[in-house]
Amino acid sequence: MKLTLWTYEGPPHVGAMRVATGMTGLHYVLHAPQGDTYADLLFTMIERRNHRPPVTYTTFQARDLGADTANLFKDAARDAYARFTPQAMIVGASCTAELIQDDPGGLAGALDLPCPVIPLDLPSYQRKENFGADETFHQLCRALAKPMPRTEQITCNILGATALGFRHRDDVAEITKLLGLMGISVNVAAPLGASPADIARMGQAHFNVLLYPETGESAARWLERACVQPYTKCVPIGVGATRDFLHEVAALTGLSPQVDESALRLPWWSASVDSTYLTGKRVFLFGDATHVIAAARIAATEIGFEVVGMGCYNREFARPMRAAAKAYGLEALISDDYLEVEDAIAAAAPELILGTQQERHIGKRLGIPCAVISSPVHVQDFPARYSPQMGFEGANVIFDTWIHPLVMGLEEHLLTMFREDFEFHSDAGPSHHGGKADLREMAEDAPLADAARGALPPGFASPRDISGQKMEAEAPPLPASPVWQALAERELKKIPFFVRGKAKRNTEAYASEQGVAEISVETLYEAKAHYAR
Amino acid sequence: MSLDSPARGCRDTPVLKERGQREVFCGLTGIIWLHRKMQDAFFLVVGSRTCAHLLQSAAGVMIFAEPRFGTAILEEKDLAGLADANTELDREVARLLTRRPDIKQLFLVGSCPSEVIKLDLARAAERLTTLHAPHVPVYNYSGSGIETTFTQGEDACLAAMVPTLAATKARDLLVVGALPDVVEDQCLSLLAQLGIGPVRMLPARRATDLPAVGPETVFALVQPFLGDTHAALIRRGARHLPAAFPFGEEGTTLWLWAVAQEFGISRAHFDAVTAAPRARAAKAVAAHAETLNGKSVFFFPDSQLEIPLARFLARECGMTPLEVGTPFLHAAITGPDLDLLPEGPVISEGQDVDRQLDRQHAARPDLTVCGLGLANPLEAKGHTTKWAIELVFTPVHFYEQAGDLAALFSRPLRRKALLTAPIFRPEISRGPGQSPGGQP
Repeated sequence: MKLTLWTYEGPPHVGAMRVATGMTGLHYVLHAPQGDTYADLLFTMIERRNHRPPVTYTTFQARDLGADTANLFKDAARDAYARFTPQAMIVGASCTAELIQDDPGGLAGALDLPCPVIPLDLPSYQRKENFGADETFHQLCRALAKPMPRTEQITCNILGATALGFRHRDDVAEITKLLGLMGISVNVAAPLGASPADIARMGQAHFNVLLYPETGESAARWLERACVQPYTKCVPIGVGATRDFLHEVAALTGLSPQVDESALRLPWWSASVDSTYLTGKRVFLFGDATHVIAAARIAATEIGFEVVGMGCYNREFARPMRAAAKAYGLEALISDDYLEVEDAIAAAAPELILGTQQERHIGKRLGIPCAVISSPVHVQDFPARYSPQMGFEGANVIFDTWIHPLVMGLEEHLLTMFREDFEFHSDAGPSHHGGKADLREMAEDAPLADAARGALPPGFASPRDISGQKMEAEAPPLPASPVWQALAERELKKIPFFVRGKAKRNTEAYASEQGVAEISVETLYEAKAHYAR
Repeated sequence: MSLDSPARGCRDTPVLKERGQREVFCGLTGIIWLHRKMQDAFFLVVGSRTCAHLLQSAAGVMIFAEPRFGTAILEEKDLAGLADANTELDREVARLLTRRPDIKQLFLVGSCPSEVIKLDLARAAERLTTLHAPHVPVYNYSGSGIETTFTQGEDACLAAMVPTLAATKARDLLVVGALPDVVEDQCLSLLAQLGIGPVRMLPARRATDLPAVGPETVFALVQPFLGDTHAALIRRGARHLPAAFPFGEEGTTLWLWAVAQEFGISRAHFDAVTAAPRARAAKAVAAHAETLNGKSVFFFPDSQLEIPLARFLARECGMTPLEVGTPFLHAAITGPDLDLLPEGPVISEGQDVDRQLDRQHAARPDLTVCGLGLANPLEAKGHTTKWAIELVFTPVHFYEQAGDLAALFSRPLRRKALLTAPIFRPEISRGPGQSPGGQP
């Protein structure tokens, strides 16, 4: 039993729903009690889908448990076929139905429905959403895909995109375009946008492009064996990874990896002088392993950030995650415990978080800007505009998205120079964000006398109360913390909020190291010089 | 009372009872508002990852940094040995209460999996109450989907508290049902002006404010879904004051009048106190009734608020209900509203969602009230919808909210009108005689 406030992943049957809802002509009969229909709203509300997920819930109640839930399932499956006449059906159980052990696969098989019926075995008490999607797609391929003659032209399948995926819709479009530039057309993209009939002709492709290992790797591995289709291992998120991907495809096909890069802007945007203020900014990354590993490479080598922490919530990918973190001299955080992630972020005191919807909340609490790079995401991360993460346009989108939450470069300088301005101060938030600035009292500046008595000036150490207390509380305590002199405290307060936490920690660490008991203004600047990069 | 009762109401209308796939939440969802209402309570669901996922999805994915609810997720090993599950539960509760010393009441909330494996949470609650006495009483109720539908979760929660309430011989008015704080204050203020008191609330904002109950207690419900709580209070000797629910000018007046009569308030005093807010409510509703008048409405079952709301829309906004679906029909509780609802609509209880969608399609209502899973798909087919959950998450009771309640229904119709209005093509041109310098 484990206490959970927020979960990064839903249960495995939600993963199966992501496959079914992304496809056409497939219907999912789910043995489940009333209430499990909440999952429909993930698709109709968060993703704004204009149709109901193709799912029939058997909706058993307490009074059915003593009677005949098996017949309830059979009726539901029969009615679902009659009403929706799908090309194929998947059947399975949610967490509660798993406990009553009705065997949906066996029951549906006995109905002799005039379409393929694929049973799903998704252990709800051991596995989670990504596993459910991956396994469902894998089973669909096993049941429907067969080896067949290759297409005359070089074609590939694109694997792994599902409903409710982070930017999957646009990633598939971008990669299709990119492959088109190499002269490769797409045979089938699945699950998103495919029908069971499409899955049945996947064997025609020359190779597979695996975009999302979390939801497509099992299918890719099975197709490699059964249909002798190699698959790509490089996920094309970022400039370097996209070029690597093109070379990988070139090696598989013998085509040239040189494509038109005239629409790629990230490298110049990073190199232009305005981006100097990005250099060395401390970033913490958390999300699914694929997106975090790719984002770390972009952060470190394509924008020039310093990666100070990274991790993923999907334990299945702990190994590659740990290896990637090691390359940045870090220990990966593998956890699906929201509070543990929050503690790790507080301790690392980054200047930018790249995470999921969860980290966006952590960022808000700690007063640290955050951009979203991975599922789970909320309705605002399903934009109307074309907004891929993959390929060259994806790299452009990523630059804009990550930079947006930060205070702009020149603004940062002005804040450093004139931080006591009552309208334009470090607590007001970046000026390109609306609805944030709260005017300070003009005379709020703490009188020296207060500071001398030992009281911390208001707003000390962090711009927002909660985050301040939180940061103080969560940061590992330093042995015999040195005492701040009043003047040094005032000086610290003049440092803009986005670096103040780091400056405070560095100064205290430096003072402890040097055996300085009282921090003076001089100590502050000695520490600054000591840590200067 | 501004309007006469209809010649025939819906109390005797035969009910279309359906069962099949239900597009509704389970009772766990009530935690979303209950944990805000009771500010020193923590709700611990003992369930699966699905329960945790439901709660965060229904709450609009994590609107609170650290909420006062959580899920103790059952794992494989908990299913194997129930003794271990109890030990684990005790451990998690102890850890939680250490971490959150501000918690003064704890609810163990049963779920589908905990019911199916017969994890005895009532026993666990007793055990934990003794363990953490006297600081934190531990209650237990089921919010499982196999037993409860959406708002029934609140009913189960309140019903679980009733047996533990202190006994009293005082003649108190007990107002039952979770109200938004602003509405609760308005309700108390109206009752005070009428000279009715003392008034106690269930649920109370804090554990220390919990009401007492006894044979002299009279209670009025402000939510129509409180069937079990109603029964539990009657078992404690309290007496129910049946009334229409306080939605709209008429509903609020009838509700208050039922209470006022019980406390011997004169009609003249009642009218003097209510005249001004009644006029305000009528005026606010009239502004939206212009949009709603003559339009038809179709309710999918959701919160059990459907009967009183249909009454409000029919009698104060001039709408025609075609079907009023509700998860459960408590005739004893919604009787006064059924009497007032003019005959005509199909009254349906339970749900077979595909068949109900067929009926809705055939009826082509001007406005469809439905859950989040159905709203966008219906909009995409050209229907105008109002998502029902907003009716539960918005202050809609009593006089000052009557206009807001009508607005919830008129906004989708106004939006549709705006988005489908004849195309307006603004002309963007300086015109012939103008040049940038301003000289012709």
